[in-house]
Order: sequence, then structure tokens, then C-alpha cells
Amino acid sequence: MMDAVARPAEAEPNLAAIAADAAGEHAVGRPTVYVYEAPVRICHWVNALAIVVLMITGYLIGTPLPSVEGEASASFVMGYIRFTHFAAGQVLAVFFLARIFWAFVGNHHSRQIFYIPVHRKQFWKEVLHEIRWYAFLEREPKMYVGHNPLAQTAMFTGFTLFVAFMIVTGFALYSEGEGIDSWQYRLFGWVFSIWPNSQDVHTYHHLGMWALVMFVTVHVYAAIREDIMSRQSIISSMVSGERQFRE
Amino acid sequence: MGAATETFYSVIRRQGITRRSFHKFCSLTATSLGLGPLAASRIANALETKPRTPVIWMHGLECTCCSESFIRSAHPLVKDAVLSMISLDYDDTIMAAAGHQAEEILEETRAKYKGQYILAVEGNPPLNEGGMFCIDGGKPFVEKLKLMAEDAMAIIAWGACASWGCVQAAKPNPTQATPIDKVITNKPIIKVPGCPPIAEVMTGVVTFITTFGKLPELDRQGRPKMFYSQRIHDKCYRRPHFDAGQFVEEWDDEAARKGHCLYKMGCKGPTTYNACSTVRWNGGVSFPIQSGHGCIGCSEDGFWDKGSFYDRLTTIKQFGIERNADEVGMVAAGTVGAAVAAHAAVTAVKRLAGKRDDTKQDH
Repeated sequence: MMDAVARPAEAEPNLAAIAADAAGEHAVGRPTVYVYEAPVRICHWVNALAIVVLMITGYLIGTPLPSVEGEASASFVMGYIRFTHFAAGQVLAVFFLARIFWAFVGNHHSRQIFYIPVHRKQFWKEVLHEIRWYAFLEREPKMYVGHNPLAQTAMFTGFTLFVAFMIVTGFALYSEGEGIDSWQYRLFGWVFSIWPNSQDVHTYHHLGMWALVMFVTVHVYAAIREDIMSRQSIISSMVSGERQFRE
Repeated sequence: MGAATETFYSVIRRQGITRRSFHKFCSLTATSLGLGPLAASRIANALETKPRTPVIWMHGLECTCCSESFIRSAHPLVKDAVLSMISLDYDDTIMAAAGHQAEEILEETRAKYKGQYILAVEGNPPLNEGGMFCIDGGKPFVEKLKLMAEDAMAIIAWGACASWGCVQAAKPNPTQATPIDKVITNKPIIKVPGCPPIAEVMTGVVTFITTFGKLPELDRQGRPKMFYSQRIHDKCYRRPHFDAGQFVEEWDDEAARKGHCLYKMGCKGPTTYNACSTVRWNGGVSFPIQSGHGCIGCSEDGFWDKGSFYDRLTTIKQFGIERNADEVGMVAAGTVGAAVAAHAAVTAVKRLAGKRDDTKQDH
């Protein structure tokens, strides 16, 4: 999603160029800011791929493909689908953890999706501004180096919280097959203390998938739209790591 | 049902074993266990004096299917369990005594075996209206349950009723039927869920407790690990068809005749912890899946309230109309998709309009 920060004070040097822009001067060359460090970008695309694979395979576990003919020993369709789901799930979990780790050692943008500064009045003001911008009530978008406040809120709830929920319930469900002596059950078995019938956990895991479908829809749309409308690079930034501000 | 003071020795004698054979058995046991010279007489002494564990079997709101299952146990035979291993001192459904005579036994056991008897509860107490929906011996069952639980060593919660609530606790649960562990919180409770539980699982649990004098190892939900640590799915003989992707698509189709996986027919094997696929029923003859019907998950919490037994995805009632996760999700995701599309359209229109304005201003 879109980024950047109306916090010129903390300012990377290139922001000066934007200021110049605002002052009416045409900047020479387009100002760029390095936002997404390599680990953030790698985690983003690996997680994106894993989530797509998980959605497809997960859906097919709940609603399997039409039956296969022949001897049972000759095919392993469900087996491969489930294997892919579990493998992608573990990849997602590992890269999610890596991403959390990077939040501690990376630049301040890498921390944005892990919290909402609920106590800052200014933050909510800017959330409101973004909502107005999306409701076509503002003519000009504000520029942010990192996520805009609305995007940060969406990333935290729609991505970080939901994916954490999916990883926890996913490992809990996986532990059912691994057995109650497995490390998965030791770590995530508490889920079944909340919902004793794993049928419920299946249902919530399933609903979580649909919640992520909604997140992905909005996420992709907002990224493309901001790329066009707010005159800053969004999509290519997640490839190069650099945010470019156009006039 | 047998004198409460009966020991293992008296049972052994009653079954026609001589005192001489009994002592031979004790010596042999001591020798084979590699124990010292005094062990034989200690074993004999223990068997002669240690009373069989008294069991009080009470019935709350239930259908007696647990008892029906229990009396069909094949290994061990229920006669051995009831007549030799335990001292079933009270079970109002099958005991000869009735009325005050029966109530006296409860008092007697409570006084005589304080902290030593097992309280087996079939069914659960309804708590609404002060427990008036289940009257036992002129009093609400919940009072009787609490009274007997006070001095019990441990409590066995027989069946889905006592463990989870079962059908009488299904929504909207007018009598407020409540599982045992929500009413008695200060005693070890072992849950043996199922509607009913498998006979051999029931006698197996009883045998374990009387043999070792302690409860078997329990899982997170309070169920004995030895019978409830795996799902039906994990040991299902149709599992290869699941992994291959071979499903019964409709009742009576070719796949049903061939015995393929019942997953699409709503089998709850993947979410049900029980021993059906290994121990099976009626002395190991069959179990639901083997008979061509999916598991209905009868040993799971709230299995009556999870929608149809024949749907794979659980019905979600919170959304007013009965929907499953996919239907709810698709509607929600569809709405978001439509909203995004509409937003994009408005954006495009605005942008075009804006450009035209800009162009006009430029001229």
C-alpha cells in the first residue's frame, strides 16, 4: 500500500526536493526515498505468493476437486494439495517471523505494519483525511514516505493480525495430524482450549481466508490506484525499494 | 449390588479358586516380579484386605445409551467389570434396590468410603429453575450430584451429555443443561465422550482406574489419551481414498459402493477424537464409516449445533440465515470486490472530469 509520512522533520535528505516542489519550483529530477529494505521486499513477495497458494489449496481442502478414478494407490491428489498447503503455510510462518525480526533491526518504515499509534491525535486526523480522500472529498492526497495512516491501520488489522490468526489456527489444525506429542500441539494446542471442537477452528480458519481475500482485493486496488492518483510510486517501490515522487 | 466391603480375595474365592491356588498365584507373581521373600504374603494380604473400588453410577438428563453401551462390553465382559473388578454399589437403572433402600446406599458409601469411591455420572444436571427439570429421589439432580461429588475420589463423566452437554444442551438449551465439569470444579474429572461412548472404552477406563488406583493420563480436554488422542480420520481405513482424492459424491453412487472417502458427504472424522476407527463397535464388528455413513462427530463439543451431519462446511448461524464459511466469505468478498470496482469507476470518471477542467483552465 501507499506510504510516506507527513513528518518532514524526521526527513530523509531527498524530502527537501519535495519541499522545493511545494514551493512552486520544479524539482530537477524526481525525488526518491529509500523506503523498503531488501528483507522487507523479499518478505512481501514471498508472503504474497504463499498467501495465494494457501488460499487456492485451502479452498480445495474445504471443497475438494471432483473425484479421481482408478485405484487409490495410483493417485495422491488430496495428499499433494494438503502438502502444498502445509508447505506454503510453514513458509508463510517463517517469513512472517523473519518480518517481525526485521521490524526490530530495520528502518522505521519496517515497523509500521506492526502497530497503530492509537494515542496520537494527529494520526487519527490523518486517517480521517485519508478516508475523505478515498471518499472523493479531498482533491489532493497527502504524500507519505511510508504507509499513510489509513494504510497503516489497514495493514495492521487486515494483514498482521489476520495472518497471525491464520498462522496460529493453521498450526493448531496441523497439530491434529501431527499428534498431541508434537511441538505444534505443545505450542498451539491452546487454541482447542478456546474452541474444544476443532470443527469450529476449521470454520474460523476458513472465514479468516475470506477476510484475507478481502484484504488482498483492497490492498492491490489501493496500491494501483495510489500509484496513479497520488503521484508517487507504489508498486515499483516494492520491487526497487525506492519511492519516487512525481510532480 | 454386592456387599460394599467385598475384597478381590472374596471375589476370587467366589469364582471357585481355592485358597491354595490363590497363594500359589501370589508366590508366583512375587517371584516373577523379582520381589523379596516377604512379597508373596504382602500381595496376598493386599488382595485379601484391599476393598474393590466402590462405584456410584448416577443418571442425570440422559437417554441411558451410555449404560446400554456399557453392558455390551466384550473386552472385558461387562460381568467381569461389574462383578469382579469394581463394586458397583449404586446404579439406579439396573440395581435391584429401589426407593429409600437405594438412597441409603448413597449415604452409606459416602460415609464409609469418604474420598475413595468413584462417581460415574451419566447425563448432566439442568440448572435452570433451580434444577427442577431433573428430579431424582425427590430432589433436583444437581443437588444429589454435588453431594456425592464432595466425597468422591474422582468423577467419570460418561458420554457427550456429561462431558459436553449433548442434545439437551443444544441451542437454545431451555433447561440450561450443563456438563459436569462446569458444575463440579474441585474434583478430578475424566471425560469419556461419545453418544454413547464405545463399550470397551468405558470398561477400559474403569479397568485402568481400579487396577492402578489412579486416573489415566488425560488430554487438554480431560479425555483419556489412550482412547481420545487421535481423530477418527487419522486411523480411518478409508483414509487412502481421502489422500488419493476419491470421494463419495452422492449417496448410492459408484464411489459409495466401492467404499471411498465420505468427506464430501459431511463425515466429521477429521474433527472427531474417538477410538471408533480402531476399537470399533459391537465387539469390533464395524463402525459408522465402515457401514457406509459418515461420522457425525458425536464425541465432540456441541455436535448438534454445527449444522447438518451431511455438510462438509459448518453452518454459521450468526449470520441470520444458515450459511457456511464459503457462502459468507464469497458474499463478503464479492461485496468488497464490487465496492472496489465502483470506487475505481468513480475515480476514473473524476479523473477524466478533472482533466477536462484542467484543460479548460489552461486555455
